[in-house]
Amino acid sequence: MTQAPVWDYSSAPESAKVEIRPRYGLFIDGRWMDGRAGKHFPSVDPTSEQQLCQVTEATGAEIDKAFEAARRALRRWSRTPGRERGKFLFRIARRIQERARELAVLESRDSGKPIRESRDFDIPQVAQHFFHHAGWCDKLRYALPGVSDPRPVGVCAQIIPWNFPLLMAAWKLAPALACGNTCVLKPAETTPLTALRLAEILDECELPRGVVNIVTGGPETGRAMVEHPGFDKIAFTGSTEVGKAILRACAERPVRLTMELGGKSPNIVFADAPIDQAIEGIVEGIWFNQGQVCCAGSRLLVEESVLGEVVAKVRLRMERLRVGDPLDKNTDVGPINSAVQRDRVKRYLRIGVDEGATLHECGTSALPDRGYFCRPAFFTEVQPSATIAREEIFGPVLAVMSFRTPDEALLRANNTPYGLSAGVWTNKGSKILEIARSLKAGVVWCNGFNLFDAASPFGGFKESGFGREGGRHGLREYLSH
Amino acid sequence: MQRLPVVKTHKLFIGGAFPRTESGRSTALKGASNGVIAHLCRASRKDLRQAVEAARAALPAWSRAAPYLRGQILYRFAEMLEGRAAELASALRATSSRSAASTQREVRASIDRLVSMAGWSDKLAMVLGGQNPVAGPYYTFTTPEPVGVCVTIAESSSPLLAFVSLAAPALVAGNTVVAIACERHPLAALLLAESAPTSDLPAGVLNLLTGELAELMPHLASHRDVDAIVAAVPARHAPALRCGAAENLKRVRLVDPGANFEQEEPWSGASAFDGLVELKTIWHPMSA
Repeated sequence: MTQAPVWDYSSAPESAKVEIRPRYGLFIDGRWMDGRAGKHFPSVDPTSEQQLCQVTEATGAEIDKAFEAARRALRRWSRTPGRERGKFLFRIARRIQERARELAVLESRDSGKPIRESRDFDIPQVAQHFFHHAGWCDKLRYALPGVSDPRPVGVCAQIIPWNFPLLMAAWKLAPALACGNTCVLKPAETTPLTALRLAEILDECELPRGVVNIVTGGPETGRAMVEHPGFDKIAFTGSTEVGKAILRACAERPVRLTMELGGKSPNIVFADAPIDQAIEGIVEGIWFNQGQVCCAGSRLLVEESVLGEVVAKVRLRMERLRVGDPLDKNTDVGPINSAVQRDRVKRYLRIGVDEGATLHECGTSALPDRGYFCRPAFFTEVQPSATIAREEIFGPVLAVMSFRTPDEALLRANNTPYGLSAGVWTNKGSKILEIARSLKAGVVWCNGFNLFDAASPFGGFKESGFGREGGRHGLREYLSH
Repeated sequence: MQRLPVVKTHKLFIGGAFPRTESGRSTALKGASNGVIAHLCRASRKDLRQAVEAARAALPAWSRAAPYLRGQILYRFAEMLEGRAAELASALRATSSRSAASTQREVRASIDRLVSMAGWSDKLAMVLGGQNPVAGPYYTFTTPEPVGVCVTIAESSSPLLAFVSLAAPALVAGNTVVAIACERHPLAALLLAESAPTSDLPAGVLNLLTGELAELMPHLASHRDVDAIVAAVPARHAPALRCGAAENLKRVRLVDPGANFEQEEPWSGASAFDGLVELKTIWHPMSA
């Protein structure tokens, strides 16, 4: 294959300026408050490694206050007519759309994700999520078959990760509020800023106080939330390991749970696939958001007869990925979210090489001097038993393997404790549906990957968790039935 | 001399066969008047493992069977039980002081529940699934699939009705089942299991163990090849079952053992499938 030259682009930085206060408090009962313990921690820009601002670490006393506020607010909010609750959610959706650019820039600064993604994916999806659920508020009696008068579950504890900070907040808050619940939400330690900005928007939209409370902090704050007796339901998105710890911590009491956990999702390319389209899907599957996606297509299974072609084209495409400043509109791949995560990815790269796989890194452009950058990469000559083929890396690292028959593809694809998502590439519609029905995964994308919509449920089989988010099926998690 | 009754030792039901427990243990089942009316196998951890293996082996074919076929097999099961209604009622009476009318009512309700569940086979996907109108060129739909190997435990004073109310939805949805018979009133479930092989239910699709719940519970809860547990058990077992979920994210649904299983909702309705189905969403491209 002839190698076309890689073009240089002039930088095209996003020019919108976003105000970041030097310090943020906690949003509890409709007011901003400082932690009593006066503890703060920095939120760091992963591109510059500089502190963006100080954020308050919520401790036991503030967690108490947050759950008390949510409990107080529950009575009125749950009895607010659905149509009126819906109007609050419509209003929130509209304000998010109107402040989209600001939210996108803030998201990219705090998380490191390319502005192209935060602007074109994250924030539009956030708005859609509120808009979709706004319309459900007065139609809940149609949500669950046979349940004519579903009631809210009550006070919800919600803990979300750093990979899609505001989108995960929307996935948690929008259905909970639509169903008449009240919430205490904890954004991730490294990416609290857009959730705090959302608190301002909720305030601006005159959402009754206490309906949504936002507490920031790290693992200690999370633990204090999980062990708190003040909630009826806990919804968690994050690693399978932490999810299991939460299940154990909640074992003594009858709380409702939603778990959206890890994955090691297969992306299966058959010889009769539209190959060029599949290459884009592979790229989207593993290098979208630096691979920090629970449903990332991190295991590529290619039919043997097209393995050479697919690997060559993936490599060519990878060489053209632009790694750099996430605020540059040309950037495809930003920095990893934190130093800890960057080190974890590097460790897996070493393990992959040590276990005998061949590493291919995107090596054309120099990485910036600063920032937690990591080159997009893929491995070939990967044994199915290799660590990099089994464990979730949560980074821009793809493991490429081959298969000979559809049965072998399925066997390999399903040979994992996870079951979050899967991709199938073939131009044969009947084969698509046969493979899709045999895959043990909550979401199967055919001739596509990493597709999301507020009207479509998302969630895993097996150790990828339980419960669904989005669509009619997601409402079940926030209703008593 | 009065005729000496022949006291039966009820065996386990695993993979379509009726083995004794590998542990060689049995316990005497006392009747309402405290006399020994039967002997039971006291299943061990290894019996549980074998039952789960049998259920796992039966899963691919059963979960892939046409819903119409699963419905017919469950209806056949109901037909077989109807013929043994009197025997089932007397089995219920043998370990309790209930009236004949009360046990007859339970048997009828249990058979009717099974018939009702048989009818769910090809309605489930219609009622629980659906199309998702996404903003893009994809036909996106969500459909329920069996969760896999399910354990059902029905400790109840309506032991047959509770057993059917928990196991039948699991079966009709395409799961395979390892059922634990009610510890105090196991006879009706044992009779039911004896009817299974003559109902065209494939071997391994339904398995039944008798034994001590307290002994089996930790192994059930932590078993990594069990995909779901639906348990009507006393509250003291709840923490162990919830902790078991942390082993392999098995779906755990706890049911109040004092629940009134005669009610149509939720026991005959769509909610009967809570924790027994997984929802799969498929995005299929649309283009010319």
